[in-house]
Amino acid sequence: MSELIDIIFNINNLTATIRMAVPIALAAMGGAFSERSGVVNIGLEGMMLTGAFTGVIACQISGSPWVGVLFAVIGGGLIAAIHAVLTVGLRANHVVAGVGINILASGTTTWLMQVIWKRKGTSDLVTGLGTWSIPALRDIPVIGTVLGAHSPLVYISFTLIILGWVLMFKTPLGLRIRMTGEHPEAADTVGINVRAIRYFCVILSGCLAGLGGGYLSLAWLNWFSKDMSAGRGYMALAACIFGGWNPLKGLAASFLFSFTDAIQMRMQTSELRIATELVQMIPYILTILILAGAVVRSRPPAALGEHYESGQTSQ
Amino acid sequence: MALVIGGILIWASGYSVRDAYTNLFMGAFGGTYSLATTVLMATPLLFTGLSVAFAFQCGLFNVGAEGQLYAGAFTSAIVALALSPLPSVLRVTIALLAGAGAGALVGFLPGYLKAKLGAHEVITTIMLNYIAILFTTFLTKTYFKDPGPVDQTVLLPLGSRLPELISGTRVSLGVILGIVIVAFLNHVMRRTVLGYEIEVVGQNPRAAEYGGVNVSLRTVQAMMISGAVAGLAGSVEVLGTLYRFIPHFSPGYGFTGIAVAVIAGSNLWAVIPAALLFGALQSGGQTMQLFARIPMELMTTVQGLVILFVAAPALGNIILRLKNRA
Amino acid sequence: MYAIRMENITKRFGNVVANDGVSFAAAPGEIHCLLGENGAGKSTLMKILFGLYRPDSGTIYVNENPVSFGGPRDAISHGIGMVHQNFMLAEQLTVTENIVAGDEPRQRNGLLDYRQARRNILEFSKRYGLHVDPDAKVEDISVGQQQRVEILKALMRGARVLILDEPTAVLTPPEVTELFVVMRILAESGTTIIFITHKLKETMEISDKVTVLRDGRNVGTIYTEASTPESLVEMMVGRSIPAHDSHRTPPQEEAALELIDISVAGRFGGRERLQNVNLDVRYGEVLGIAGVDGNGQLELEEVVTGLTKPSKGRIIMNGEDVTGLTSRQVRDKGVAYIPSDRLRRGMVASLSLSRNSVLGMHHHAQFNKRGTLLEDIIQGHAESIISQYDVRADSIHQPMGSLSGGNQQKMVVGRELARPHSVVVACQPTRGLDVGATHYIREKILESRNNGKAVLLISAELDEILELSDRIAVIYEGQILDVRPAGEFTEAELGFLMTGQRNGV
Repeated sequence: MSELIDIIFNINNLTATIRMAVPIALAAMGGAFSERSGVVNIGLEGMMLTGAFTGVIACQISGSPWVGVLFAVIGGGLIAAIHAVLTVGLRANHVVAGVGINILASGTTTWLMQVIWKRKGTSDLVTGLGTWSIPALRDIPVIGTVLGAHSPLVYISFTLIILGWVLMFKTPLGLRIRMTGEHPEAADTVGINVRAIRYFCVILSGCLAGLGGGYLSLAWLNWFSKDMSAGRGYMALAACIFGGWNPLKGLAASFLFSFTDAIQMRMQTSELRIATELVQMIPYILTILILAGAVVRSRPPAALGEHYESGQTSQ
Repeated sequence: MALVIGGILIWASGYSVRDAYTNLFMGAFGGTYSLATTVLMATPLLFTGLSVAFAFQCGLFNVGAEGQLYAGAFTSAIVALALSPLPSVLRVTIALLAGAGAGALVGFLPGYLKAKLGAHEVITTIMLNYIAILFTTFLTKTYFKDPGPVDQTVLLPLGSRLPELISGTRVSLGVILGIVIVAFLNHVMRRTVLGYEIEVVGQNPRAAEYGGVNVSLRTVQAMMISGAVAGLAGSVEVLGTLYRFIPHFSPGYGFTGIAVAVIAGSNLWAVIPAALLFGALQSGGQTMQLFARIPMELMTTVQGLVILFVAAPALGNIILRLKNRA
Repeated sequence: MYAIRMENITKRFGNVVANDGVSFAAAPGEIHCLLGENGAGKSTLMKILFGLYRPDSGTIYVNENPVSFGGPRDAISHGIGMVHQNFMLAEQLTVTENIVAGDEPRQRNGLLDYRQARRNILEFSKRYGLHVDPDAKVEDISVGQQQRVEILKALMRGARVLILDEPTAVLTPPEVTELFVVMRILAESGTTIIFITHKLKETMEISDKVTVLRDGRNVGTIYTEASTPESLVEMMVGRSIPAHDSHRTPPQEEAALELIDISVAGRFGGRERLQNVNLDVRYGEVLGIAGVDGNGQLELEEVVTGLTKPSKGRIIMNGEDVTGLTSRQVRDKGVAYIPSDRLRRGMVASLSLSRNSVLGMHHHAQFNKRGTLLEDIIQGHAESIISQYDVRADSIHQPMGSLSGGNQQKMVVGRELARPHSVVVACQPTRGLDVGATHYIREKILESRNNGKAVLLISAELDEILELSDRIAVIYEGQILDVRPAGEFTEAELGFLMTGQRNGV
């Protein structure tokens, strides 16, 4: 029992929590943007996975992990563009399209991995991103340990999330995005280009999720492995909903997930005799619990999931 | 359309397109062995496709067929092993029922959460997939392991298996069972009060309420039925083909089942040809791999493309149905 | 010079000709009424003017310059604004956000300048007498205030021509008066106001000129002073409508339906939607509930039919306490329910007429045997409704959504009246229907009444209430203010009560 307490309350958990929250929080913000504009995005998982993959390839070819990061973002964005075309352009059901994207991403990355590296499980090792150590921050007791030394992507991500929050609530573009998701007809009437906004938001969500994926394959680990996103894209969606489609609250929600993730990994290497599979189940169970509790409280954008075409009226 | 893109991909990888597709076709349909393989590959898809298609009728998106399949497979294997003293027919029947029951149980939770709390069933079912796969792996490794290097259960004795349909192949009676269930569920949807209410809930839940339908109950029931059918996919695979439960045995039957269901649209009978289509792709793909040396993973990609391309026009019906429910 | 002129506009939707060579013009500072019954083409014409639709043929002139609009944005830039029947407001956003979206004042660093936005809004608001709270969320303000937000939206984008589509449908009588005051202020400052309505009285009261549309054509334009209600009706309808059969059997003494101290809680913990409602409906009478939409009518209709549970109180039907029973149980005790939301509640648009004809009764013994539906009997049932109620349909297998609104409603009414029932709950039964269908359904309601059924009629159309009811109750903010025999109310009194003022003061 004390072993258990020791595992849970270790300070390294906090560090790990911050670290592991990155992919989920980024994708959650992506989901927030997409859904606030009215497009359901179940495909975050596939976008994250694609980003992880393209990041590794680019890194291997160029030798630079930062190029890899750039291509992770691009990769996620491209897949998201497909989702956007399907949902906004072809008026496909958002949920079906999202699931399709995930299946496609999973299959394609696995196949390409076989083609390129002749292996089915993992790719070659690539140069990772290393860590940044922020001198002033690091020296503050306690907080310093937790926040002071992380992969640069961690700091970049937190900055992006704050910027994202500002964009969503304090800028004209953010207002237009919210208007589009709440009442596309009204937005159309005042001259907001609903299609453009939706395309933008979906692709942005893909870029963010892709960046999250890049973090997984370039910063956290230094390789790509089959289905390495392991459901984080879905957790991100749950975090997004739980956080009320607000990037900052989504970040807080992501911490919940990453905390269980951190504990789960710690447990695997500890001396506690609990089977790995059981421990691995924890984050997924948590997601279900969160969804069960969250949905009652929050109100999604009013027009989420609905198609809209210019000139269409509700009468 | 997807085949064209697939062809481009094959050509780009340096293989002969003509060889590839000839082998694909021959591998799927040329000769008894090929046909049998096609049916063999198609059988689990028939069940998972039906499972997802049925859930669609109620406006529900059951992405959890994969997890329900595992639950059913594992439960059937264990029950079949445990019931050795009973006569064979009884053993197999009870094992099948147990598998269906396990699937129904896994389907119950997302259904309940959706009905009472509005929790989106896509995410809850996906989470349950991971949980089911992990849990069955755990149980197998810990309690039911066949001594030896591989994590799997003991081989099922002859009396605990589904008899073969075509001798010499591993195509079992399961495929007949599948067709029977398609017919049964179709009857339920068209001709019974239960089916009527499920359809109304799927098309317009508010009107269903108005019509006195217990929407929560029907939602849960639909998910349970859907789960049971997916559970049977696993049961049939274990009892009829694999003869043991092996963790991670499914190459994504649950997910391919989604593609099958999308192509079938709102017509349950169409699940049969749709499942055969994918079975053919798998079977032909194997031959392609053997003779034209084209890797299996390419097939997976082509499958994914098939989903998106064939699905896009077929989405018409599903769009309407799921949009109404959303 | 006309502010706007539309010449020979034609617009088709599939086989339906919504506007057929319509010409229309309005001068600056004029209040011009576009009158016609439901489906005459008024909304379509104005949506073309606002750029939401493109005409198949014809030209639009703004200040005598020909224009072609690619969308509402073009129309807005030419000074045309429109306030729709269904408000174009995002409920979760604030008034300010709704008004400035698309045309936002910005700070130098690119961020939204909320303070400037608020200042602008308050300035316009004072100028035209349109009082709003800039920081309130749209879902929290009254419908009248929401309308003001919509008008401000249009004005602040420089509208010189303001189109109002059925603006009074959702207003209480004093709010209507307020609106008219605003309209006159605007007109005096040179704004052209085009006012779409099907209500004669308002036309006579506020407009300078009237254009009547019928079946997609312009039947005529005249100065309001030169017209009379009768002449306008004739132009609107083109024929005379027979009055209802005035024979009425006297209502019975016994109450079929009683509501005792019924309260219904608000969602998300808001204020109570129904407060201590006490009502009774007797066999053979029509009890009309008068009131402006949104004062608890929806909750009333749902609590009586079992779709919503009351937080307090009892419901007695045919002498039996039915409080807390499920919707199915209540209806099976003998309630025919014509819902106010036909599309979302009363039918499943994608299913066939045949399947829809048994919605709510499909579990009855006559339609199924041990869980299996009896197809033949169901189809026969559908056919009998179609023939009895003269529903225009090609086949019982076609989806119900393909029928016109009037025919859909006839199916719903036919289905409900075919159930075994002693109580009829009819809510907005003729909303959106043309004159012919409206007349027919009102006939059916009177027929039910004369057959001894208890009819609870909930309608936002005061005329309908006055025409059909034996007794009238007025509902306001979830409370019943007064219940009296119809003859004892004057229209003015009813108008006052509908705004919450008791004793007509």
